[in-house]
Amino acid sequence: MLRAPLVVEFPFTRSLGPVQSAFLTGLRERTVLGVRTTDGKVLVPPVEYDPATADELRDLVEVAPTGTVTTWAWNPGPRRGQPLTKPFAWVLVRLDGADTALLHALDVPGPDAVRTGTRVRIRWAATRTGAITDIACFERDQSSSGVTGRHARPHSGRFAAQEGPVTGIVAQARLDYTYSPGRAQSQYIRALAGHRTVGERCPDCRKVYVPPRGACPTCGVATTEQVEVGPRGTVTTFCIVNIKARNAGNAAIDVPYVYAHIALDSADLALHARIAGIPYDQVRMGLRVEPVWSDDARFPDHYRPTGEPDADYDTYKELL
Amino acid sequence: MSDAPGKEPVAVVGIGQTKHVAARRDVSIAGLVREAALGALADAELTWAGVDAVVIGKAPDFFEGVMMPELYLADALGAVGKPMLRVHTAGSVGGSTALVAASLVAGRVHGTVLTLAFEKQSESNAMWGLSLPVPFQQPLLAGAGGFFAPHVRAYMRRSGAPEAIGSLVAYKDRRNALKNPCAHLHEHDITLEKVQASPMLWDPIRYSETCPSSDGACAMVLTDRAGAARAPRPPAWLHGGAMRSEPTMFAGKDFVSPRAGKDCAADVYRQAGIADPRREIDAVEMYVPFSWYEPMWLENLGFAAEGEGWQLTESGVTELDGDLPVNMSGGVLSTNPIGASGMIRFAEAALQVRGQAGAHQVPGARKALGHAYGGGSQFFAMWLVGAEPPTG
Repeated sequence: MLRAPLVVEFPFTRSLGPVQSAFLTGLRERTVLGVRTTDGKVLVPPVEYDPATADELRDLVEVAPTGTVTTWAWNPGPRRGQPLTKPFAWVLVRLDGADTALLHALDVPGPDAVRTGTRVRIRWAATRTGAITDIACFERDQSSSGVTGRHARPHSGRFAAQEGPVTGIVAQARLDYTYSPGRAQSQYIRALAGHRTVGERCPDCRKVYVPPRGACPTCGVATTEQVEVGPRGTVTTFCIVNIKARNAGNAAIDVPYVYAHIALDSADLALHARIAGIPYDQVRMGLRVEPVWSDDARFPDHYRPTGEPDADYDTYKELL
Repeated sequence: MSDAPGKEPVAVVGIGQTKHVAARRDVSIAGLVREAALGALADAELTWAGVDAVVIGKAPDFFEGVMMPELYLADALGAVGKPMLRVHTAGSVGGSTALVAASLVAGRVHGTVLTLAFEKQSESNAMWGLSLPVPFQQPLLAGAGGFFAPHVRAYMRRSGAPEAIGSLVAYKDRRNALKNPCAHLHEHDITLEKVQASPMLWDPIRYSETCPSSDGACAMVLTDRAGAARAPRPPAWLHGGAMRSEPTMFAGKDFVSPRAGKDCAADVYRQAGIADPRREIDAVEMYVPFSWYEPMWLENLGFAAEGEGWQLTESGVTELDGDLPVNMSGGVLSTNPIGASGMIRFAEAALQVRGQAGAHQVPGARKALGHAYGGGSQFFAMWLVGAEPPTG
């Protein structure tokens, strides 16, 4: 069965709103801001809305860059994108002046060097951009006691920096999958290598599915009987594409081009493919076409007219 | 939803929407959704404490990278300590979300439910989300417009509709949007000639016959009879609601008039006791992302015989002052935060029968249909709301 890696990644943008904007601008300026809730608790990191009352929260406060580990877990094998490349402790840190804890990394040599109650301080990143990674990590702090009575101090959320406030971030999302098309599609793809198109017939409704799915979606039964279809077919409907799609897969195709539904002979539903070898404005419903293969591609590059007379509408009207 | 005896009548007593725009960079997603929620609560004269449960819907996760809105938005929506759940059905999600919320009231699980749907398309990428590079497959060649344009051509061939019908729909919907302060597009200088002169993107679909990309959210408060009795403004009453789905592609699929859409409408009419939708329904707000879908859905929903939907458009029946106004709000053609678009349709139907639609009010509207569809014309959600409580 065929398998291949599938990486899905995208740089999503996020507008921050007033509270997260102040928080990330603060980190850039080496200042940690929290927010005071309706009942007086200080939440770090801050939130826009009160978790208990749903009130809008805008009462920003500054807390200390030092704090206490409230719990932790050892990470022996850091993965791509994590704060440190060597083994470290994930820690929840209650910064002095805060009532809640912040998740981050603690740089210590081993799990024996961290415990609940360990005093820590922020190690700031050398280059700061207005992101949670402006805190490079935490490190142990022997100098502060944590019982100095430090309190959160009111803060306007405004900073004098020339760059202005941070109003948005880019959240790079990435998912790594291993993709397998399954038994039926693997057979279909292997047959394409020999320039043959092979579908499967449903034992109940007798419809021929191309590409095959291993099951009939209307009857809900497994399909196994292989049926070679095409290679010729009929254009059942189409559109003329005048704008470039932004996905890189077909960026090389010049516009305008014709994107068509093609019912291969003996198939019971249409494939989607490009038509060429004919001026785009002469393509029509009913046009008879055949595949044009390029040397190295898995699929036909496009379909071109066969020169046969057009198919009668009644022969393909159920296959649009 | 079943129509078994004893189900609780469901009333829409609060509706809120953001002013839909291309980009709301001033607020987070939470801030955007909360605006709509506060609007709905204010309309119902309720506070968070008056809400028993929250039901939320949004666009498919890849569109905007928010995977668990029910987790992220619980604080913003006053849902802490209450049930909160999320509904998925691609572009129809706003409609199916409202129906799930309604079923909780109809089944007497909760008395008052807040339901919401949203999308920030400015922070999403639907084109990318629809064209993930699946190994061993040819890339989707043409995006969403390219997917739907061949079906429009099939409709034109099947019905013999004149080529100008699509432009008439776009011209109507964009003018209706001028009367709706929440609509995204306000094209004050729109003319039919401008629509017809706009470039062909996916022939036969022109630029001006496609929906915009919007940031927006919509929220509704649904409640039981007791809640409706306390409501400060007239409620809209749910007379029928249904969902249907089918595969994206299968042998025999009719993309022009999908079976799931016909069956969904028939179920709604049966629940609501509607024998002749063309005569008994006063206004329709349907999901028309490309102009030609108006005549296509008019047929699919039983307002016209097969092949004749375009005649209602051409003769002006679907104009705001016509005999069967369609897309009074300006429709998806004027506002499209995808995840919210279905709920905006449902909310517009409710606004109409409440008499709260302002400048785009259909005078005397007593029964209105809200319609949503999604995926490859495979998910359908509809509700019929009335000015009077359902009988029986």
